[in-house]
Amino acid sequence: MTCAIEVRDVYRQFQHGGGFAHASYAVRAVDGVTFSLSAGDVLGIVGESGCGKSTLGRLIAGLLPPSAGEVLVDGRSLARLDRRERARLIQPVFQDPFSSLNPRQRIRDIVRLPLMAQGELPKSQQMDRVMEMLARVGISGEMAERMPSQLSGGQRQRVAIARALVLRPRIVVCDEPTSALDVSVQAQILNLLAELRRELGLTYVFISHNLAVVEHIATEVAVMYLGRIVEHAPTQDLFRAPMHPYTNALLASVLTPDPALGIPDVGLGDTYPDPANIPPGCRFHPRCPSAFADCKTTAPDDIHRDGRLVECLLTVAHAGSRQQTHSAGN
Amino acid sequence: MTASTPEPVLSVAGLRVSFRQTEAVRGVSLAVGRGETHCVVGESGCGKSISALSVMNLLPRGAIRTADHIRFQGQDLLKLSETQFARLRGDKIAMIFQEPMTSLNPAYTIGSQMSEVFERHRRATRRQAMDRAAELLARVGITAPGMRLGQYPHQLSGGLRQRVMIAMALMCDPELLIADEPTTALDVTVQAQILRLLQKLQQELGLALLLITHDFGVVARMAQRVSVMYAGEVIESGTAADLFAAPTHPYTRGLLECIPVPGQVAPGERLGSIPGAVPRIAPGFVGCGFRERCALATPECARAVPKRAAGGDHSYLCRLQPDWKRDAAA
Repeated sequence: MTCAIEVRDVYRQFQHGGGFAHASYAVRAVDGVTFSLSAGDVLGIVGESGCGKSTLGRLIAGLLPPSAGEVLVDGRSLARLDRRERARLIQPVFQDPFSSLNPRQRIRDIVRLPLMAQGELPKSQQMDRVMEMLARVGISGEMAERMPSQLSGGQRQRVAIARALVLRPRIVVCDEPTSALDVSVQAQILNLLAELRRELGLTYVFISHNLAVVEHIATEVAVMYLGRIVEHAPTQDLFRAPMHPYTNALLASVLTPDPALGIPDVGLGDTYPDPANIPPGCRFHPRCPSAFADCKTTAPDDIHRDGRLVECLLTVAHAGSRQQTHSAGN
Repeated sequence: MTASTPEPVLSVAGLRVSFRQTEAVRGVSLAVGRGETHCVVGESGCGKSISALSVMNLLPRGAIRTADHIRFQGQDLLKLSETQFARLRGDKIAMIFQEPMTSLNPAYTIGSQMSEVFERHRRATRRQAMDRAAELLARVGITAPGMRLGQYPHQLSGGLRQRVMIAMALMCDPELLIADEPTTALDVTVQAQILRLLQKLQQELGLALLLITHDFGVVARMAQRVSVMYAGEVIESGTAADLFAAPTHPYTRGLLECIPVPGQVAPGERLGSIPGAVPRIAPGFVGCGFRERCALATPECARAVPKRAAGGDHSYLCRLQPDWKRDAAA
């Protein structure tokens, strides 16, 4: 089976500053990411703001070229595909449905635009395809005549999904698709995305800061920290037995609606991650509650344990005991 | 009022706020006692922020506010002139907003913004005010407060800025702190830190805390009392323990089912969701604001809705009896 997406040692830097009397500096937004995703799976990418998850999403969707490394979609390098071919394979859905839709176009024209740009489907059939797609995401024919400003946030996100799917792509990169929505509407959109995936056999890359949402929709989860994936595992394994201290902290800080529990002490201290100034050694060590001396000097790159990527020296140190408890759990 | 808090710090009764075409708040009553956290929770557009702003007398132009009373420590806030109110604001009543970047002035240092409040309300010298500011920065867990006082907001991370906002709110020892979505713009790990800090300060200082949020996780972990708002009304209120043990209004129940909780929804299972979106309430609206989205609505719901007691302080606005869940299940 071919991989839907293959990301090979991808880097992306941004140059900042460099104005008068200021030295320029590089922000390493994505700093050596490798993974592959099988067709039909959903990869959830989680992490705090500034961890590079959106940049990684843009690299995968081909909206941004990598500084180094290669992204393959359906076995073909994104760099060698032209824009139209790429658009037929992979499509993005963004966070804010208020700014991702052209405010001066009718809904049906917004969804039709990708078809017009491709120019393959005869004009007479384009509108049928648009209306069919809109109906599928729950937008009525009457609503298709309206402008984006006349729609609610949830309806706009449905339109954005219809626009992404109208070319029948294989892969959709969703960047925080429900973060701007209320919980009741968020649930509608998550359910819709899950249905569409089953019906159309889609592959998703689902970027979110909300772990509960990711657990619900993803089949595997990648936890990002300062530009690298620090843990990558099947969803159930990751939530049942997180191995990286950062994953642990993220899981501990999810506030479930349970009044018997107080506010958790995440134990990360007061240092905040800065992608312009990535610490040497393990990039998480200044915040890590279980860091030891080696963490300051040795970068725990590409450490695998029990078939999952865990970039933490502790996994090596405690390998024996961990492995036992883990295989018992499986 | 409950017997344990004979004189609440803040008591609001029958608050109504309307804009030209919209009734934003329709008869909200709530009370916050000393050392108590009262959470107002609801989706966007439900009127929770407008309610908070009307207590502060900070409503946007064009808003019309009426109320049976808004009392703060026995003083009727409705009778105060703007000058008298300005003396109270930032002194005995303080407020924290969602977006710490936009609520801090980017052109002034942290120290100068913090000391302004103190100089103004306490007629203190700049020197005394700076000392007080440094003391509070240390109290909210900021290391090297002396250095931070000389910095500008853009030099601080989001979590630090929100700590500064909290410290600034506490400059004059307020009795009542109104926090409007104080952690919504922050990462989950930082959110947990800020909420812990708020809880600790509240207990130490005996603050009355009115916390506005859309997040039931925050409510469950922070609140003693909860008011759930929908379409400008408090549709359910009670102690956090009662409300989470037996949510009774169909909206509260529906909303709680929409929230994905790690480990509780099996993969592939649909999340509960509420169809439609929050309605806009025009002047002259009668009946239940939720009826168009409610699966249990009958023609009766278009008439005035009774307020029912569900035991203790727990009350809700609905035609259904408190034990409707059993009837519905049967």
